[in-house]
Amino acid sequence: MAKDDNGAEDVTAPDSPGEELAPVAASTAVVTRDSLVNPGFPPHRPRVTDLDHKEERKAERAVYTLFYVSIVGSVFAIAAYMAFPIVPEDPGSVRLNNLFIGLGLSLALLAIGIGAVHWGKALMSDHEGVDERHPVRGTEPVRARAVEIFQQANEESGFGRRTLIRNSLIGALVVFPLPAVVLFRGLGPMDQNPVELLHETMWKKGVRLTMDPSGTPIKASDVTLGSSFHVIPEGLSEMEHGRLEEKAKAAVLLIRMDPADLVESDERKTWSYQGIVAYSKICTHVGCPVALYEQHTHHLLCPCHQSQFDVENHCKVIFGPAKRALPQLPIAVDAEGYLIAQSDFTEPVGPSFWERA
Amino acid sequence: MTTINTRESAEDQTVGTKKAGGFTATAANYIDERTSISGAVKELGRKIFPDHWSFLLGEVALYSFVIILLSGSFLTFFFQASMAEVVYDGSYAPLKGVPMSVAMSSTMDISFDIRGGLLMRQVHHWAALLFVAAIGLHMLRIYFTGAFRKPRELNWVIGFILFILAMAEGFTGYSLPDDLLSGNGLRIIDGLVKGIPVIGTWTSFLLFGGEFPGTDIVGRLYSLHILLLPAIIVALIAMHLLFVVVHKHTQYPAAGRTNQNVVGYPVLPVYAAKAGGFFFIVFGVVMLIASLFTINPIWNYGPYDPSPVSAGTQPDWYIGFADGAMRLIPPGWEFVWLNHTYSLNIVVVLAVVGLFIVTVMVYPFIEAWITGDKREHHVLDRPRNAPTRTAIGAAGVTFYASLWAAASSDIMATHFHLTMEGVIHTLQATTLLGPILAFFIAKRVCLALQKKDREIVLHGYESGRIVRLPGGEFVEVHQPVDEYERWKLVSYSDFKPLMLRPNAQGKIGPAEKVRAGLSRWFFEDRITPITQTELSHAHGDHPAAITDQEHQSEITDK
Repeated sequence: MAKDDNGAEDVTAPDSPGEELAPVAASTAVVTRDSLVNPGFPPHRPRVTDLDHKEERKAERAVYTLFYVSIVGSVFAIAAYMAFPIVPEDPGSVRLNNLFIGLGLSLALLAIGIGAVHWGKALMSDHEGVDERHPVRGTEPVRARAVEIFQQANEESGFGRRTLIRNSLIGALVVFPLPAVVLFRGLGPMDQNPVELLHETMWKKGVRLTMDPSGTPIKASDVTLGSSFHVIPEGLSEMEHGRLEEKAKAAVLLIRMDPADLVESDERKTWSYQGIVAYSKICTHVGCPVALYEQHTHHLLCPCHQSQFDVENHCKVIFGPAKRALPQLPIAVDAEGYLIAQSDFTEPVGPSFWERA
Repeated sequence: MTTINTRESAEDQTVGTKKAGGFTATAANYIDERTSISGAVKELGRKIFPDHWSFLLGEVALYSFVIILLSGSFLTFFFQASMAEVVYDGSYAPLKGVPMSVAMSSTMDISFDIRGGLLMRQVHHWAALLFVAAIGLHMLRIYFTGAFRKPRELNWVIGFILFILAMAEGFTGYSLPDDLLSGNGLRIIDGLVKGIPVIGTWTSFLLFGGEFPGTDIVGRLYSLHILLLPAIIVALIAMHLLFVVVHKHTQYPAAGRTNQNVVGYPVLPVYAAKAGGFFFIVFGVVMLIASLFTINPIWNYGPYDPSPVSAGTQPDWYIGFADGAMRLIPPGWEFVWLNHTYSLNIVVVLAVVGLFIVTVMVYPFIEAWITGDKREHHVLDRPRNAPTRTAIGAAGVTFYASLWAAASSDIMATHFHLTMEGVIHTLQATTLLGPILAFFIAKRVCLALQKKDREIVLHGYESGRIVRLPGGEFVEVHQPVDEYERWKLVSYSDFKPLMLRPNAQGKIGPAEKVRAGLSRWFFEDRITPITQTELSHAHGDHPAAITDQEHQSEITDK
């Protein structure tokens, strides 16, 4: 260790702020002999209630009046409970119930509080007291005795001497919680693998695109230029179980644009239908629904962390913390003119995960 | 100042009551013969607590926790933590017939069908917001006054853990109603967890009991929210307060107060009246807010559905800094390597936020290592008298504030007609540069204030009175501070930069070099406290001081 004392010139002066409870290293602290001396307590200044009997009476009156006011508040709250019942289908009655019970209780509580504090400040003795501090560490005899007890316990048990017993015990104590860790595997279903589940959605070849939440199939001719639809796969709205789980992966945004505005890569030219494109609505950042569509810029905005996606360019990220473009759902039209999926998404939708790539 | 002998008067009173007889004495005797409680009364009854408004912040935190427990217990009698689907059939007409979880539906019933239920929900939510805010402000008070120094480092850590647990309680509670807003919050948690390398996918799978959102998460969060987390919080609060008793409360520097005493009011009766009364004031204020202002109107949001979301979504305020940090990540921070996805846009957020809060937790140990100071400190620092610490704090606050503001980036953009990109880029800049700027400004302000204090002690206040000397010269009379006021300005701990010296082997280790560097950074600009010599010197040669003494009677005659 390098030394870091300040040499002999800095020594403790009695009554200086640096003077210590127990003599311990002050290290880089500077403690001088020449520091100013604590002048001791300033003279006590009496309050107006100490000097003026009238003021004291006034304070006393204020305190008990406040406590009586509190009783009035409590009674008012009980009365309000009865006088302002909740009338079914009338939100206004809920508001009145909330307001008047609350105001009564507020009055009851505040009056007790202000009264008690006023009592303490104006009427109770305002002479400050002084407690002595003692070092937090135990006194030397106590510490010595503590050490002795531990040594004696060690002696009598042989904890330090019988190392085989000690080490095997430590080993047992380390291992015994492990079964509890294993038990937590049961938090998730045993027969499912999240990685597989994340790679598939309800969409498959021929599934109709339907409106969210009604489940009405959408005809290509109904999608006018510039309009957008919130879409779920056919059959999702009737599901009994797992509806939200499927919806959290399968939600799609359908947009019709002027085909001239769409910049499509060669392999995806067949994924749209006359300017109608379908993209996953689940943000590739952390999974919020990318629900805000700005019609004149053709940008999608995620309201959670402001990632922006460009619908003209396969929903590539143009701003914000997301990295990947929104996955595109390849669509077509069936014989009756309804929009259908050509297949599932070709990549996992939603937030990134370790096993995704 | 008159002091009172606290112990003896307490004993006198006890004896006095016993002699008086009557019901109180009989009851006290009955209890004492079975519990030995008189010992506790003797030890604690006249215990001294110092007074200062800033000491109330911790009390606000404690009292809001009590309010949360009371209102929360009421809510548990009605809330059902189940995600089974029901069709809502309560009093709120717009949602009638809408399928939702039992959790959401029972929360709707608490709000619209149980008298006073909405009030208790709002008391619970407002008190929770106040709880976290009060802990945060309490921590800032502890930090800026150096109350975390020996022997209170461990209590700082306990308090820090309480802060984290308070946020965890807040988040779990926020998620319970299973409404659209809280569901989106959970969706973000799911996305964050999935982005953690190696374990993320499975962690999310186990947390949600299968695929998101599943039907387990509300029940699981409920267990945490009403059982596990409160139990830990209660235990830690008990420890926190026990340490306050063991250490005795810190006090601000003032005449008569030393490192060996504690000056203030005794628990019985003054402190009990003021602190007890203050509980009712805090409760009353929370109640008043809850009766006047709506919080978390889940009926406007509707039940959770993964598809819709409203613009301008905001978490509760204390989660804002983490949410804001996620928004500040520039585009493209994710890559694939060796067939695995590395989501830097998530990992960096977790690492930076994690590093920030861990730094907060270990700060007392870092400062103690730099100063090497092993003394106990019971007299608080005025923030100006620890300029580098205060400047670091200012930098931390600026960093936090930038992240926090970023959580409202969209609202700022729409409200002030700015571009979304402009707001984010500005906040990215303030997050990185703001702390540096804040550090230098705060440090200079502290040093300037210290210099001003020196000036006042040595030459007095400017009295505004101009005096013409016999020689024709005009001087302003400086009014000296009295010795009690002076003591507040001159009594503070002073440190020198560490002088590196080789150890017994003639070597200087790398750790010591780092320490010396940090010590220089901390203390090289120090302004030393005024010494006796300086003071007498200043009074001897200052013309105004002479004038002062000549007009002594006039000046002190106030």
